[in-house]
Amino acid sequence: MTDPSLATSVEPGVGVASGGPAAGKPSSLWGDARKRLMRSPVFIGSVLYLLVVTSMALFPRLWTSQTPDTCNIRNSRNSPELWDHPFGFNLLGCDYYAHAIYGARPSLAIAVLATASVVVIGGLLGLLSGFFGGWLDAILSRITDIFLSLPFLLGALVLLAIVSKRNILTISLALIVLGWTVIARIMRGSVLEAKNLDYVHAARALGASNGRIMLKHILPNAVAPVVVYATILLGGFVAAEATLTFLGVGLQPPAASWGVMIAMHQIYFAQQPWLLLFPVGLLVGTVLSFILAGDVLRDALDPKLQ
Amino acid sequence: MGTYVVRRLLQFIPTTLGAIFLLHYLTSLGIQLTGNPARALFGDRRPSEAQLGALTEALGLADPCLTRTGDPCVGLYFDRLQKIFLQFDFGINFNRRPVTDIVADALPYTFKLVVIAIIFQAVVGITAGVLAGLRAGGFFDYFVKVSTVLLISVPVFVLGFVVRDIINVNVGNKLREAGTLPDWFTFGVMSPVYKPDYPIASLVVPGLVLGALSLATTARLTRTSILENVRSDYVRTARAKGLAPKRVIGVHTLRNSLIPVITYLGVDFGGLMGGAVVTEGIFGVPGIGREIFRATISKEPSVVLGIVTLLVLVFLIVNLIVDVLYAVLDPRIRYD
Repeated sequence: MTDPSLATSVEPGVGVASGGPAAGKPSSLWGDARKRLMRSPVFIGSVLYLLVVTSMALFPRLWTSQTPDTCNIRNSRNSPELWDHPFGFNLLGCDYYAHAIYGARPSLAIAVLATASVVVIGGLLGLLSGFFGGWLDAILSRITDIFLSLPFLLGALVLLAIVSKRNILTISLALIVLGWTVIARIMRGSVLEAKNLDYVHAARALGASNGRIMLKHILPNAVAPVVVYATILLGGFVAAEATLTFLGVGLQPPAASWGVMIAMHQIYFAQQPWLLLFPVGLLVGTVLSFILAGDVLRDALDPKLQ
Repeated sequence: MGTYVVRRLLQFIPTTLGAIFLLHYLTSLGIQLTGNPARALFGDRRPSEAQLGALTEALGLADPCLTRTGDPCVGLYFDRLQKIFLQFDFGINFNRRPVTDIVADALPYTFKLVVIAIIFQAVVGITAGVLAGLRAGGFFDYFVKVSTVLLISVPVFVLGFVVRDIINVNVGNKLREAGTLPDWFTFGVMSPVYKPDYPIASLVVPGLVLGALSLATTARLTRTSILENVRSDYVRTARAKGLAPKRVIGVHTLRNSLIPVITYLGVDFGGLMGGAVVTEGIFGVPGIGREIFRATISKEPSVVLGIVTLLVLVFLIVNLIVDVLYAVLDPRIRYD
């Protein structure tokens, strides 16, 4: 995978698995998928866009020499000037372009942190529940049901209403608590499908331990749908952060994020539409790229289409 | 069939109790971490012990376990269950108004909003999905694909205020000046905020915004499902024995394809309730979403807990009904 943010989201639990079968065996699922992905202009385009956004998040100084906290209130909501201030100034008179560049970091950090944790937690629970079945599965499935019965946005509102400190960690925590369920279900489903295949029986007959069967045989073959969903989830979490911030339970103004930019300026839409155009454009572009990349990935990993 | 329904009903009980416990634990933890919320009502004045004690008692927050961080307050949980299921009591707000009262006042608005959204997403989403699935690879399919991806990637709140400010304010102002269209349209449908004078008309646009996100998912789900079924053996058989294409599509394919879509519409109910918090805020609809939002901001955990518990109960019951209907529609499920 060329996209660093995608790689980080998948790495903790399954990095070995996704790299393993592709290496050395040209006709494996992941090898084929890679070839298809390289041929898809939509995938290349989304990954390039995400690379740009990721570089903003990692190295904002690469993109701007200004910072979003050197402000002069006299410049409040001034229009864009082509070279010095291409995005104009925000409500507090800070350079809006710098604000937008620095805003990438919290948005992406929350999305990557939450997705990575959700994949690890949900993936592990789904794997155990699908593999062992029985009472463990019954209990884990009921717990999943309980968390699923809390609608996402309502649950996040309740959770964030009770913590007084809203920062990257607490917001990610809210997303993790409510987000792991779907991954667990997907993982459970694909483990159930994989565990009755012949090669798993063969491995068991050869005396492989449960742990080895799970990690070496089932996981690599069950992980594809999770990777696809995790990619789309990254986009979903970027949007969720902005929505929570907009509702006033997300990041608060001294922090620079796209959600903060939108929430701060939404009442000026009629007078200075560009104040919303830039952050909304970046936000929608990022969410769109994750969703498109996930879509192409799903098609590339679907053996029925090969 | 009978055993399936019974098993599903038995699953419903622990899930409901668990969900209420989860909500109860979260709010208890919040109170343990941030202190007695009743104090907030007095602002910077210092209440006398007796005053504070009386209010805390009235709000049901007097239990000493609420001062021990991490304590799951099991006793309080059982009290709450008893109140909910035996007395239908979901607590009171700071002004001693029962939560059930607040919900009863706000519910009609949210209900209308959600109904408009569901009708919109079901009718438009299923139609678009069926047309796209039947002509996969054609222009319309491509159009549906692109527009749904775009819809999914725009967060509800962005869509909400863009629609409000561009269509309802700018276009609406022009129409209101021109005055050629009937009042219910220019002042009702095109109104940027909810108006009591036009109780249904001014909820149409917020409803469409609310339904837009799920519309995209509905359309894609229908498309995939139709595509899968069109290729299946029983459809080929139906065609081979010479049934009219209308019947093959309308009866054979559609009935099977719509099963996952109907499940989705049921599950999505929770998503719509969450979306309503955003949409009602943007369009000023005095519904449940706005009440939750208000209670969150003014830190009234008992109200948030009460309303959300009520909603979760409704959500779980809707899911139960959908699951049972699902078994009626699809005989394969019963043997699962």
